[in-house]
Amino acid sequence: MFARVQTFRIPGFYPFALFAAAALLCSPVKVTGQVAAQDTTFVWDASDPRVGLAPGWHDAGSAIKNLELVGKLPRPEGFVDPEFPGAFPFANTDLAFQGDLVFVGNFNGFQVFDISDPEEPKFRVGVVCPGGQGDVSVYGDLLFTSVEEARGRNDCGIEGVQDTVSAERFRGVRIFDISNIEEPKQVALVQTCRGSHTHTLVTSPNDEENVWIYVSGAAGVRSPSELEGCIREGPEEDPNTARFRIEVIRVPLNAPETAAVVTEPRIFSDPETGEIAGLWRGGNHGEGTQGTAVTDHCHDITVFPELGLAAGACSGNGILLDISDPENPTRIEEVSDPNFAYWHSATFSNDGSKVVFTDEWGGGTAPRCRATDPPTWGADAIFELADGELTLAGYYKLPVPQESTENCVAHNGSLVPVPGRDIKAQAWYQGGLSVFDFTDPANPEEIAFFDRGPLDEAQLMLGGYWSTYWFDGYIYGAEIARGLDIFELVASEHLSENEIAAAKLAQYGEFNTQAQTRVTWPAAVPVARSYLDQMGRNQGIDPVRANAVETVLGQIETGGAEGLETQLVELAEALDGDARAIEQAAEKGDARRLRLLATTLREMAGQ
Amino acid sequence: MKVCSKTGFPDFPKTESLMKKQPLRTGAVACLLFLAMTACATPQASTPPPPPQESAGDRAETLDSPRVLQPGAPGEPSQSVEVSQLANQAHRPHTPADVEFMQGMIPHHAQALDMAALVEERTQNRDIHLLAKRIEISQRDEIELMGRWLAHRGEDVPGEHAHHMMGDHLMPGMLTEADMAELAAGHDSEFDRLFLEHMIRHHEGAIVMVKALFASPGAGQETDMFTFASHVEADQLIEIRRMKEMLDNRR
Repeated sequence: MFARVQTFRIPGFYPFALFAAAALLCSPVKVTGQVAAQDTTFVWDASDPRVGLAPGWHDAGSAIKNLELVGKLPRPEGFVDPEFPGAFPFANTDLAFQGDLVFVGNFNGFQVFDISDPEEPKFRVGVVCPGGQGDVSVYGDLLFTSVEEARGRNDCGIEGVQDTVSAERFRGVRIFDISNIEEPKQVALVQTCRGSHTHTLVTSPNDEENVWIYVSGAAGVRSPSELEGCIREGPEEDPNTARFRIEVIRVPLNAPETAAVVTEPRIFSDPETGEIAGLWRGGNHGEGTQGTAVTDHCHDITVFPELGLAAGACSGNGILLDISDPENPTRIEEVSDPNFAYWHSATFSNDGSKVVFTDEWGGGTAPRCRATDPPTWGADAIFELADGELTLAGYYKLPVPQESTENCVAHNGSLVPVPGRDIKAQAWYQGGLSVFDFTDPANPEEIAFFDRGPLDEAQLMLGGYWSTYWFDGYIYGAEIARGLDIFELVASEHLSENEIAAAKLAQYGEFNTQAQTRVTWPAAVPVARSYLDQMGRNQGIDPVRANAVETVLGQIETGGAEGLETQLVELAEALDGDARAIEQAAEKGDARRLRLLATTLREMAGQ
Repeated sequence: MKVCSKTGFPDFPKTESLMKKQPLRTGAVACLLFLAMTACATPQASTPPPPPQESAGDRAETLDSPRVLQPGAPGEPSQSVEVSQLANQAHRPHTPADVEFMQGMIPHHAQALDMAALVEERTQNRDIHLLAKRIEISQRDEIELMGRWLAHRGEDVPGEHAHHMMGDHLMPGMLTEADMAELAAGHDSEFDRLFLEHMIRHHEGAIVMVKALFASPGAGQETDMFTFASHVEADQLIEIRRMKEMLDNRR
């Protein structure tokens, strides 16, 4: 989208990330990454307003494009250190949504904000319950949070746990009853060996009585004297190791207090040899490649129950799981990438034909978006998914460099539900929010952004967006240091008014980013016009046909005329015919969107 | 967020932890906090009895009066929180064991740099060069981080060669002067073998130090400390495994 006026040539060899030499050839993992020559050149627009923003906490300089910051609230007292904006124990983390409420996780607990008016968010209740990271998910009256640190306590106390082995320590998943939002109560505590770095809410289309939590534990294994069976030694020393697995918690909805770990699937095992540590063992992939972490845990898992699939971002690998039996997820695919340091999170496209994996190179606390950092490192890798196989198509990284005082790398994001396109709103820590289109996975393109200057002029302080997620018409950002920000998209040459209006028609009601559901849109005029706008951009439709559709849509908008249903159906048939001609290579155009438009017109006609 | 590597750290006092407040009687609104308010009413024996149980309907009208509470364990009542003091208290006060870990790990890491510096002139083997480079980069970053952690807490930051001792004995895994001399005298395949053997032992020593940290009452409680120590353990375990493979390949 930007004029490429400035280039910074990066040599093709990156000595700072090299690990031990000999490539690991023993791994069965399919290595998919390719470092094309052009990938090593970081190109950006020198006039990009994100370059050179003034530092500050609540007074930093900012740059915005094709977005409007409509509402914001700083972190409330109890979730901030007024003396130190980058204090880790008060960092804001992930987001979950329900109705008029947004839940903002924090290393010190969680905050609840009322967003009935997104332009004026209100702090509703703060729950102090430390332990990091405070990842949150919500389901009905239940709220789930992740605890991984050694200071976590059963009673939410802030005094930590002094004893090295203690019945008071809590590391795992807390379950809160939020039926009275003014007074959330813990109803269950499910302890795990490594605690819960993140977790994923899992539902099953075949079971309405239970939900499940997949626990991703990334930290050290605690003592078996504290929790039975917690074996920290690797699989070579002890086949019962608490590493190289996830935990599955079953939560009976009518008795959540009985929630417990039901399985500990060895999802990294080698199906042929049965070896528990069957995937990436850590190390580089040959000269000039990234050193990739060992696959002994998942960092995050995103489930898509309607597809029966989960995408796991599992430290050293990206994997796919068959979750048709939620208690026994089975690995069906694994990929590796010589550009990835740490597989961090995953997002399916709405039709399940793509998966965006993120690489949290540097762990999120390091500056990894500098002009000298390769654009394929610390980036998103976009894979196409067909017949259970992942194929790398392209990379996306924040297209503008950040300062060395800004922690920056690919982080959490969600889909923006524009029909006909794949768009993601993604957090890049102090790199800000970047909204990009990956409909063409080989050529992702930024369409909107917001960025602030560094928290501090001289030193790197932890800050920036942990998560930026779309929910019912707005993009919400959990800023680690600056609080809650709320954005609206603004139309541009990259995104039309109709597309924004159509996205707002997709109402979620309740939303957990790592628990994807298929977004559907009502048969409404903005949806049809979105397809028309998209095909106007790529010359995907005969202009005469487009005019005919627009004429009918205009009539619907102005109150209708006789025989509209018939016209809609006839147009739909004509559009399908156009699509067929394209598919048979007789014509050029956008067959996919022609069919989507035809379906929408039929639905508008009541068919 | 995975690990801590380049974050700044706050200055804060070595204070005692905030004790939990007395239990809140069911339904009582003990701590109605207004956004701009800093004080918080804490129930005391001398305070008047709490108002009768408040209904959810009443609460809906107190939207502008958000509250901060601390839930109890399952089945236990919530507690009020002295919010104005949380900022100090939720930084877990660090312990002597935390400080000892950081002060000890700086020279421990520094010795790995000394070992890595020998590689250039003593072996041609590419894999050893790459390993040394990797160690140099990660450990230098971490030395910087540890120094920042200590400085921000008003603790002494040891020089990289200030002392290699933990009490009156060498820190786990560290090479004696004789070991270093032996390594420095080696060349080619002999050097490679010694380098790998010594570095494995050296890294295993770091793991021992992490275990000792978490085996010290009250240590590893700070978020920064917990993430850093977890990171050191994870990172060095991977390198140990790789080095053992490299060593096996040479046998």
